Amino acid sequence: MPGRFAPWLMSAPALALFVALLLVPLGMTFVLSFHAFGFYTGIETTVDLANYIDVLSDGYFHEIFARTFGIALVTTLLCAAIGTPEAYFLYRMRSRWRSALLLVVIGPLLISVVVRTLGWAILLGNRGVINTALMDLELITRPIKMMYTTGGIVIALVHVMIPFMVIAVWAALHRQDPATEQAAESLGAGPATIFFRVVLPQAMPGVLSGSLIVFSLSASAFATPAILGGRRVKVVSTTVYDEFLNTLNWPLGAAIAMLLLVAVLLVMVSWNRLVERRFAQVFG
Amino acid sequence: MAFLELTGLTKRFGEVTAVEDFDLTVERGEFVSLLGPSGCGKTTTLQMIAGFEQPTAGSITLEGRDLVAVKARNRGIGIVFQSYALFPHMTVAQNVAFGLEMRKVAPAERQRRVEQALALVHLEALAGRYPRAMSGGQRQRVALARALVIEPEILLLDEPLSNLDAKLREEMQLELRGIQQRMGVTTILVTHDQTEAMALSDRVAVMHRGRLVQVADPLQAYENPLTDFVSSFLGKTNRLEGRVLERQSGGCRVAVGETTFEAPPPPDEAAAGGGRVIVSIRPEKVEFRPAGAGLVEGRAAARIFLGDHWLYQVETPLGVLLVIRQNAGPAEVETGGSVGLAWDPAQVRLLPYEAQA
Amino acid sequence: MTRNGPFAFLFSALFVVFMTAPLVVVMGVSLTPEGFLEFPPSGLSLRWFRAILENPDFIDAAWISLYLGIASASLATVLAVPAALAIGRRRFAGRDFLLALFMSPLTVPTIVLGIAFLRFLSQFGLNGTFVGLTLCHAIFITPFILRLVLASVTGLDRTIEKAAESLGASDFTVFRRVTLPMIMPGVVGGWVLAFITSFDELTVTVFIVNPSTTTLPVRLFAHITQTTDPLVASISTVVILFTVGLMFLIERLYGLDRLLVGGEGR
Ligand SMILES: Nc1ncnc2c1ncn2[C@@H]1O[C@H](COP(=O)(O)OP(=O)(O)OP(=O)(O)O)[C@@H](O)[C@H]1O
Ligand SMILES: [Mg+2]
Repeated sequence: MPGRFAPWLMSAPALALFVALLLVPLGMTFVLSFHAFGFYTGIETTVDLANYIDVLSDGYFHEIFARTFGIALVTTLLCAAIGTPEAYFLYRMRSRWRSALLLVVIGPLLISVVVRTLGWAILLGNRGVINTALMDLELITRPIKMMYTTGGIVIALVHVMIPFMVIAVWAALHRQDPATEQAAESLGAGPATIFFRVVLPQAMPGVLSGSLIVFSLSASAFATPAILGGRRVKVVSTTVYDEFLNTLNWPLGAAIAMLLLVAVLLVMVSWNRLVERRFAQVFG
Repeated sequence: MAFLELTGLTKRFGEVTAVEDFDLTVERGEFVSLLGPSGCGKTTTLQMIAGFEQPTAGSITLEGRDLVAVKARNRGIGIVFQSYALFPHMTVAQNVAFGLEMRKVAPAERQRRVEQALALVHLEALAGRYPRAMSGGQRQRVALARALVIEPEILLLDEPLSNLDAKLREEMQLELRGIQQRMGVTTILVTHDQTEAMALSDRVAVMHRGRLVQVADPLQAYENPLTDFVSSFLGKTNRLEGRVLERQSGGCRVAVGETTFEAPPPPDEAAAGGGRVIVSIRPEKVEFRPAGAGLVEGRAAARIFLGDHWLYQVETPLGVLLVIRQNAGPAEVETGGSVGLAWDPAQVRLLPYEAQA
Repeated sequence: MTRNGPFAFLFSALFVVFMTAPLVVVMGVSLTPEGFLEFPPSGLSLRWFRAILENPDFIDAAWISLYLGIASASLATVLAVPAALAIGRRRFAGRDFLLALFMSPLTVPTIVLGIAFLRFLSQFGLNGTFVGLTLCHAIFITPFILRLVLASVTGLDRTIEKAAESLGASDFTVFRRVTLPMIMPGVVGGWVLAFITSFDELTVTVFIVNPSTTTLPVRLFAHITQTTDPLVASISTVVILFTVGLMFLIERLYGLDRLLVGGEGR
């Protein structure tokens, strides 16, 4: 279709939807975060920085933000440490096994996070599967507390996020020339050397982009911390949820959410900068 | 005792037999080319020598030592891959140094040898570059330096020049041959380009459908092919189906259609086939005669100028024959003109009959 | 391809256990004849599956999720395909902006999307309506469709369309008879992925439903945060089986790796 405006015409319906239902709402939420909230008066359309000052000066919120990003960081490290070798093994596997295993690895991505987290709740509870089994084996006498802990949230988040890491690394592995592994072997390298010196450096862009996805999704995850952490182990997204649907202090909730958005975007931008600078020369 | 010896080498992938009963001996310092059409099993053979494929049957020995049981990384064989397989995240110098690191060569010595290897391929100036920022020919040289720096017992080259343009390829052929002779490294080259094989090697090994059909030095293989396949694959030839009429002292008479002429003695197989043979006459062995004075008569149907020589298509009772003449001034025959064709009977080759491949 | 060693085998085996354990446990628990969660179940019974039928709340929620998935995936596909064609094959001012905008729902934290939608819909009295839900879902599933359709559009050989044009086909005929069939795998794959994403979504949806439009994940979430009984396990089992069924369908029709890895897996 010729014409200078044809591309815009073709995109117009989608653009209209995105402007009306994404940009406008985000703008309204941004404005909302400057309003005030009174317990009896509801939302007051004054404009000031009070909500931001509240959040940024309150140790309670500091703790929540620190916990959220701590959980995201540990989840990312674990996903990278487990997902990278697994992607490599998958890549080297014979094709029949590989298809089956790939289904197991990335299939859960399609299953509702609520369902998967329910599975972890059943496994991790004080009278859950793991504690019951350990006590039956008389390895422990009292249940290990895993529900309502950051540890429990991390375990379940790793389960939820690791397919993204495997996929990213897997895609990067497929971009490399398989003959480089043979070349290294013909030059005398053993399996470990080949992995660390030849495969991993080439797969690094995949590991890093996978890490970014996992980190940002973990930092804003809701269902898993809500079910496994409840009110006791709060993260940013569950705090926002409570402000909106329980306390009804929408302006404060909006301010917290905006801070989360800014933090996640900052991490993304600086991460991409870093990665680009590091790899521009090599992979271009 | 031969240096490298392949005996009864066979590789099957399920139903597919990629290489069958392959015997070849290679002497120390020799340059051998594995030549054959696509899919004939060249790469598979190379991969078995390198240790990346396990033979289904047969043995590979190096100076009498069995290689099959040795892991690829301990074989000490240098390989240049068709894709070069350079490590993209390492500089040229790091690429070349990798094999020495694996051999725990001390850093000072390592650097000396890397410099030496890069000098050999004229890449001293590019030691700090990444492969991405290099041309095809330069990458090819890095791959060669990386394979040679470990002083391999054998150098394997899998179509190393096929990704280069024609001019660069010719340059690299000369350079490759020079380096190989200077280093005296035993080399096996895989290629489907017959001119490349003939230009570079001491001997060519022609493969067809997983089998080795002839091993000989290039001139021998070209002049005295053992089969119809080899004669057609190596260079151009006029391939005719004929019949042996009678044996004579030191030769025989063959008939192609109505025409008969003299030829060297027929192959043993001809008798069993009721005298059926393939007659092969190289185009450059055919000469022009004035009309009426040739072994066969014809009409020059087309003429192509190829710089240093002319290629003629001549319509004859035998079919269309190709004739190649040196370009020594004006063309000998005009298109449409009648000519006689003749050849030295000793230059005719009679080969066992096979249906057209 | 080289075989993996015993370490790789053990590692992969443990990994498979880790990936399947929560799902296996949910399915196991759902078969208990008891009134509480136990694993392994002391007996096998379909009691909790029958209990689903006695809970119209959950069944209604499942229907809503189904309708919502179909409606929003279809809407998003209709919007995303022309946009993908424009972005994938034309170079124009603002192209990067459009692409970034349409992909942005993947970058913005879902919780932020959720409250933004809530703020917007409640302002215009659309909160809790099916129309509001459909529009909002269409937003955050668009990137999935766009990515897959873009992949097939950029992989498209334009000379084929030129060939059709040279044979006398009109623009519209070229699109309908040549372009669309060639990008169809991407369109179908994108629709399915979008449907599943919508069907599973919780974080955005939880803000914008009302009791009559509650979706299955939201109902399940609300129930789990109150109490975990075998009923949620049996409902989850149905969800798992439904998803696995879809998964096999995708694997057959399209290749799961192609759908999720984006054409680079083999
Ligand atoms: N891993 C494999 N599985 C099944 N068949 C294979 C495998 N590798 C090679 N083959 C088959 O074995 C035969 C020989 O393959 P090979 O790669 O050795 O050919 P080649 O002579 O190197 O061809 P080319 O000139 O095209 O590189 C082919 O028919 C090929 O299809
Ligand atoms: Mg080959």
